Amino acid sequence: MKAALMEFAYLGAAILFIVGLKWMSAPSTARKGNILSSFGMLLAILITLFDQHILGFWGVFGGIVVGGALGAWAARAVKMTAMPQMVAILNGFGGLASLLVSAGEWDRLALPEFPFPTDVAISIYASTIIGAVTVTGSMVAAGKLQEIIRGRPVVFPGQHILNALLFVACLGMAGYLTHSGAHPYLFLALNLAALALGVLLVIPIGGADMPVVICLLNSYSGVAAATTGFIIHNHGLIITGALVGASGLVLTQIMCKAMNRSLANVLFGGFGATAVTGAAGTSAKGSVRPITPEDAGALLAYAESVVFVPGYGLAVAQAQHALRELADLLEQHSVKVCYGIHPVAGRMPGHMNVLLAEANVPYDKLLDMEVINPQLERTDVVVVVGANDVVNPAARNTPGSPIYGMPILDVDKARQIIFMKRSLNPGFAGIDNELFYNEKTSMLFGDAAKTLAALVTEVKQV
Amino acid sequence: MSETLVTLIVIFVLAMIVGVEVIKKVPTLLHTPLMSGSNAISGITIIGAMIVSGWGATKLAAALGFLAVAFAMFNVVGGYLVTDRMLQMFKKKDGGGAK
Repeated sequence: MKAALMEFAYLGAAILFIVGLKWMSAPSTARKGNILSSFGMLLAILITLFDQHILGFWGVFGGIVVGGALGAWAARAVKMTAMPQMVAILNGFGGLASLLVSAGEWDRLALPEFPFPTDVAISIYASTIIGAVTVTGSMVAAGKLQEIIRGRPVVFPGQHILNALLFVACLGMAGYLTHSGAHPYLFLALNLAALALGVLLVIPIGGADMPVVICLLNSYSGVAAATTGFIIHNHGLIITGALVGASGLVLTQIMCKAMNRSLANVLFGGFGATAVTGAAGTSAKGSVRPITPEDAGALLAYAESVVFVPGYGLAVAQAQHALRELADLLEQHSVKVCYGIHPVAGRMPGHMNVLLAEANVPYDKLLDMEVINPQLERTDVVVVVGANDVVNPAARNTPGSPIYGMPILDVDKARQIIFMKRSLNPGFAGIDNELFYNEKTSMLFGDAAKTLAALVTEVKQV
Repeated sequence: MSETLVTLIVIFVLAMIVGVEVIKKVPTLLHTPLMSGSNAISGITIIGAMIVSGWGATKLAAALGFLAVAFAMFNVVGGYLVTDRMLQMFKKKDGGGAK
């Protein structure tokens, strides 16, 4: 009876998670959804904590207090620009927890020369491999995002063969352990091999592809949690882990679509290591037309409609607030202002929306690519700030360009384009942008924050 | 393969399908909070960690359990709080609040 009650409590928690995630689909209910989901977690934790089987209460309690306090501190301290790293680290910790659970359970069950029941063995080794890959993969991803590790793909000959061999070795060790019982050193070797695999899988992936990697690792961390559920036969864990696994997969797919690349291409392509050589020869170079802040300010103030297209460069320059100030001022001049957001603007899915929301931009002004594209033809001025590849018409017009086929914001269809940029350097993907040479384009060179401040001053004087 | 394992796999697959259906409807606008929020949910491993740690059969298992609980709790608390921090910034015009 008690066991049944526990199961129902876990089911209740799972329902709260599902409803919570559902509420995440609208900005007006998202916050409630998150809180609801946290109550689900609280319920699951409390019911487990007061279960009489828990003997080492103080150990568990200590872990909760220490982990909870550090987590709370990190959540307060992290900057919004660093959110991708934060999510990567959280993924990694989730994976690590799963890895530790399977190791602990392995140690509890291990008796020499006596194989585990096959079910348990399969679950434990699956959890070990997925958990370990999640841990080191996430740490490398976080390192690349924080730029502790070089963002450029690390590729070497025979890499894929090595990875494949390592993966087969993991499976082989897991199979042998399943078949012949507990060998501590072999189990340790399995752990180490899977940890190494996590590193090797992520180092060949370039910094620009990190959004995809984070989504995928998010999915892994969910699956790792679910495998833990398989080990201890807990339905709540399995349901919840599967939810997160599915969520990560959906986001991975969305990201791949937004970059027009297959998942295999992202994972094994080493994109960015070779792109630079493929980019030459396509550009129809002409002259660029620089514009002064005075002229640009007047152009904006007398426009009827202005669309801002922000990219990650805006966040790097910490210019979100300056941008919003300019937008507010333009609205006072009764200019219609909104923002066009590309799905991969920023360093993770939806990142740019968060960064602009932090600068108090109302979310109904943040328009997705599909919504803004049809409106661009009727837009007087598009201002591109810190974005490049996501507005490059080569994605539409130049077969053979590394970004060909990627959905872009069609800013070249607007009546006028102001391109704010530090210099004429190509963007992250290393591809020249023909938009610079378009006769409708004016280049406004300089640091984004300073230039936006200058524009504010100019518009005020109009 | 035992019957239990089959049941567990059935549950896993059905939950995946529910997950895909629910997540598909989330707009790009909310993808970052969605990720950190679902991330917090993946901290559900804490249940496994608590149970294994609580069983406390061996000292090593207990120590691993303690660490697992701590890391999972970091994931849970950090994930939920940072998601809430982001979501409270999403406002409609004139600071009406996202409530």
